[in-house]
Amino acid sequence: MEFNAIYVIVAREFKKFVRERSRLVSAIARPMVWLFLVGAGMSRLVSPVGGVSYMQFIFPGILGMTILFSSIFSSISIIWDKEFGFMKEILVAPVSRLSIVVGKALSGTIISTIQAVIVLALFPFLGLKLGILNIVGVILICSAVSFSISAFGILLATFYESYESFSVIMNFIVMPMFFLSGAMYPVKLLPDILKFVAKLNPLTYGVDALKHVISPLATGPMSPDFNIFVDIGVIVSMSVVFVLIGGKAFERKG
Amino acid sequence: MSIIKVENLVKKFGNVTAVNDVSFNVEEGTIFGFLGPNGAGKTTTINILCALLSPTSGRAFIDGHDCAKESASVRKSIGIVFQDTTLDKDLTAEENLLFHAYLYNVQKSERQKRVDDALKFVDLFGRKDDLVKKYSGGMKRRLEVARGLIHRPKVLFLDEPTLGLDPQSRANLWEFITELPKQHNVTIFMTTHYMEEAEVCSDIAVIDNGKIIARGSPEELKKIVGGDVIYLKTKDNATAVEEIKKVLNVEASAKGGEIFMSTIKGDACIPELIRTLGDSVLSVRLQRPTLNDVFLKLTGKAIREEESSGSDTIKEEVRAYRRRHS
Repeated sequence: MEFNAIYVIVAREFKKFVRERSRLVSAIARPMVWLFLVGAGMSRLVSPVGGVSYMQFIFPGILGMTILFSSIFSSISIIWDKEFGFMKEILVAPVSRLSIVVGKALSGTIISTIQAVIVLALFPFLGLKLGILNIVGVILICSAVSFSISAFGILLATFYESYESFSVIMNFIVMPMFFLSGAMYPVKLLPDILKFVAKLNPLTYGVDALKHVISPLATGPMSPDFNIFVDIGVIVSMSVVFVLIGGKAFERKG
Repeated sequence: MSIIKVENLVKKFGNVTAVNDVSFNVEEGTIFGFLGPNGAGKTTTINILCALLSPTSGRAFIDGHDCAKESASVRKSIGIVFQDTTLDKDLTAEENLLFHAYLYNVQKSERQKRVDDALKFVDLFGRKDDLVKKYSGGMKRRLEVARGLIHRPKVLFLDEPTLGLDPQSRANLWEFITELPKQHNVTIFMTTHYMEEAEVCSDIAVIDNGKIIARGSPEELKKIVGGDVIYLKTKDNATAVEEIKKVLNVEASAKGGEIFMSTIKGDACIPELIRTLGDSVLSVRLQRPTLNDVFLKLTGKAIREEESSGSDTIKEEVRAYRRRHS
């Protein structure tokens, strides 16, 4: 792996992210809308269970959504790079395909984690009490989830050539991933077929791990669905698998 | 010494043979021109040489490295300016070059200096902090050439470097490209549609339908179409034709108020012509064969027929094939 190349791929994405204010604004606005418009409305229907209000329940899911959108968006920029030619500049360089994939995945990780941290700062408004250890835990989980989703996004991007495919990815992959991640309703309450799909969804384990750290005392339907070690194990192994397959997929292109 | 060696290269996309048994060598420090109509196999050959595509059969070497097997060493030894721009328009010129310097692992102590030198070399230092999207087509192309040189490659590939540029930017770019071999110790491998631009090449290969159909310097290639043509107007064309045939022993004929004659060395022929015909000469015009004539003779089509339907179909097919198999 070439560290200078990884560094500069990350630096480029970061610089562009900082320059593009509108992207940051919409990235922060989306979770707010879900949390305060959808969440507040739904709170009227769903009464607190096991000491957790509905808004508190969806907070980990909203963090997951922030990560999902920004990681996929960041990785999908590979399609833009292909369309506008910049990808060629990277592909003709003496850099291994694995370094390119790792660089892109780290870019998504950093950008998504920053956004997740901004959303995380809302927790006092929801009546949540998080200690410093919980906060550190949330940030660590967020960065791990960001990495795995970014790597997943890269894998997606290798299959698509033009940005027309962007709306296909958004409607048929990203939105279902969000709804079937346990973000808005517990996985354990889903019908069997959807439960099965949710278990294949990498985001499910990220959201679940966040639930463990944000509402550790929750019981009943709003409690986490899996053991936290299962969550972390799945996140880490999916990251490795996605990066390696992504690297291979890039190699084949070359 | 041959810096590029290509031996019996073949590349097939499905049942389309884009490159068909091509062999050639390029000498170090020269400007090599690779000419051919659209869809002739130029870009495919470049992609194989740049280790972006693997050949179906045959071998290609750059500076002794096998393009199919030692892609990392090959990529270190080459710089490329593609037909379509590959700059990041949302970054500044300097950032684009720094990106390249990191990507090619240029030493930390050298990085900024090389970027600055490159920007100065292409006269863009004053605008290094502008976003590339504010640049004109000519500036972008110059910046790309500068970027291609940052890692000190042995060979610089230029694929249609002046395509889409206005005449003045083209002229500027050429002036600058012809300086490169001396100033940067680099071999230039280029393709172009503009035949007058190919005149700067020390060596040319003409490719059509995936095969090399002619090789040589521009002068050598022009001999293929025969010699120069002299056009001449005199007070009495009929008498003059007789004189020319008798004294100079050259075939000449009058048509449309003008006499025309083919000779091998047109420029040397003119003084003799004037001595023979004296005051009777009204005007003399010498036309030398252009590479375009060479091209026309070899391939039966003018190189600039960009929309020639046959070759476009091949391009489409290759694209469709690559989409299916990538």
